[in-house]
Amino acid sequence: MIEFQDIEKTYEVDGRSVSALREVGLRVEPGEVFGIIGHSGAGKSTLLRLINLIERPTAGRVRVDGRDVTDYTGWQLLNLRREIGMIFQHFNLLSSKTVRANVAFPMKLAGTYGAQAIRERVEELLARVGLADQANKYPSQLSGGQKQRVGIARALACKPKILLCDEATSALDPQTTQSVLELISDINLELGITVVLVTHEMDAIRRVCDRVAVMDGGEIVESGDSADVFLHPKHPTTHSFVFEREHVDEDERREDFAHVPGRIVKLTLRGEATYRPILGDLAQQTGVDYSILSGRVDHIKRTPYGQLTLSLVGGDVDQAMRELERSDVHVEVIRQ
Amino acid sequence: MSELLPNVRWWEIGVASWDTVLMVGGSLLFIVLLGLPLGVLLFLTGKRQLLEQPALYGVVSFVVNVLRSVPFIILLIVMIPVTVIIVGTSLDVAGVIPPLVAAGTPFFARLVETSLREVDRGVIEATQAMGASTRQIVLGALLPEALPGIIAGITVTAITLVSYAAMAGVVGGGGLGDLAIRYGYQRFQTDVMIITVVLLVVFVQLLQMIGDRLVLYFSRR
Repeated sequence: MIEFQDIEKTYEVDGRSVSALREVGLRVEPGEVFGIIGHSGAGKSTLLRLINLIERPTAGRVRVDGRDVTDYTGWQLLNLRREIGMIFQHFNLLSSKTVRANVAFPMKLAGTYGAQAIRERVEELLARVGLADQANKYPSQLSGGQKQRVGIARALACKPKILLCDEATSALDPQTTQSVLELISDINLELGITVVLVTHEMDAIRRVCDRVAVMDGGEIVESGDSADVFLHPKHPTTHSFVFEREHVDEDERREDFAHVPGRIVKLTLRGEATYRPILGDLAQQTGVDYSILSGRVDHIKRTPYGQLTLSLVGGDVDQAMRELERSDVHVEVIRQ
Repeated sequence: MSELLPNVRWWEIGVASWDTVLMVGGSLLFIVLLGLPLGVLLFLTGKRQLLEQPALYGVVSFVVNVLRSVPFIILLIVMIPVTVIIVGTSLDVAGVIPPLVAAGTPFFARLVETSLREVDRGVIEATQAMGASTRQIVLGALLPEALPGIIAGITVTAITLVSYAAMAGVVGGGGLGDLAIRYGYQRFQTDVMIITVVLLVVFVQLLQMIGDRLVLYFSRR
């Protein structure tokens, strides 16, 4: 659906050229929710803006829906943008227009919808985002979450194939964030619309993204299935995002475990395995005893997962390890 | 009343008031019609804006600055030949309107440029992302969003015009300011001076009040 090929982007700042994106290559498949995560200044928002050509690459090609759009100008460019909806961190609604007029705005700009069609589509969209009763209010009268819902309704007005989300939940409180993410996820499922979501919050990735790319210093340092990246982070930047979320300081934790006897292992379970009585079976079969040092059972998108840190004592610990690996559990030894 | 204000001839005051209203209103109309597009041009061609054009911006900006730095009383006299070409006379209310327009337009254009710059860049970006042409961005997003600021700019311009129009007497333009100078200052008729000044104050207050009301009405923030 979207393809970046050897993208370079440099800015001229006070006569010096600053590199914003380096050697970026990426493919977003139709219908998926693709996350781009990175700290501020990593280039993720610039990358997102290459898709609707609000920014242009210094080198490399951008393909959307099979077409090379890199050199689009004039009407071609305007039509491309009409196929792509976008929502923003600060909502960017027109303060001088009512909710209804804001949602109708892109359709009026397109000029291909009649007054009646616009009216019906606005009603339909506002009902979908749960704001049917707020149509005549002005944006200043709405809460942050409501504003973002108007933003989403507006982005969907011209039935786009792609929805770009630029830090769309970063200005919202955790509860509102969750409901807005749910809405984005539902829309992705219902309409089959491809979503590209830029964020610095690992939680947003975990909730809605099928795949994710991690950016640092203008480069993609890691990418893949959300669950893989989330459960087995390789790059230090990815690591920092995953552990920042769990509020865990690894060194501190090692100290805490110093007096715990036995072998300390970290198990990662995924999918149905998450809910199987693996530990009970293990204890019966191999005679090891275990204590749970820390753990989490949750899900990434719709995949359940569990991550447990155990200490194993007594019995045949080596056999236990083999047994675990046989039952599709990823085992990482933290201390022998 | 006539004992307290021995020199005040009310019909003359009335005519002068009407002349001031005509001068301010007439020139304001043209100033808005000319200054609004000029302000939009200044904004769009400015640095890091939609149609960045450093050379064009430089030229327009320079002309605007020159017009703004000429004192109005001098502009009034220098422009006499031009005024004659445009309205056929350099006298009376009609003769004052061209110089008022020449002085007010660059002033108002700068105010328009400033209020357009205050429009949230994110809103412009969002409109761009919807596939709006530059024309649509200006008419559909920029001007509606900047409307309260533009109305405030019209108010400030109108009030400036009131004080400029007071110099109209130099070319026989009439109005309250002219009356104040000819009777109040040159003939020492203090009562005429006081009445005209009071009327000017009331006029300015009214303009400000109407402007503030309109700004409030169009502000949705």
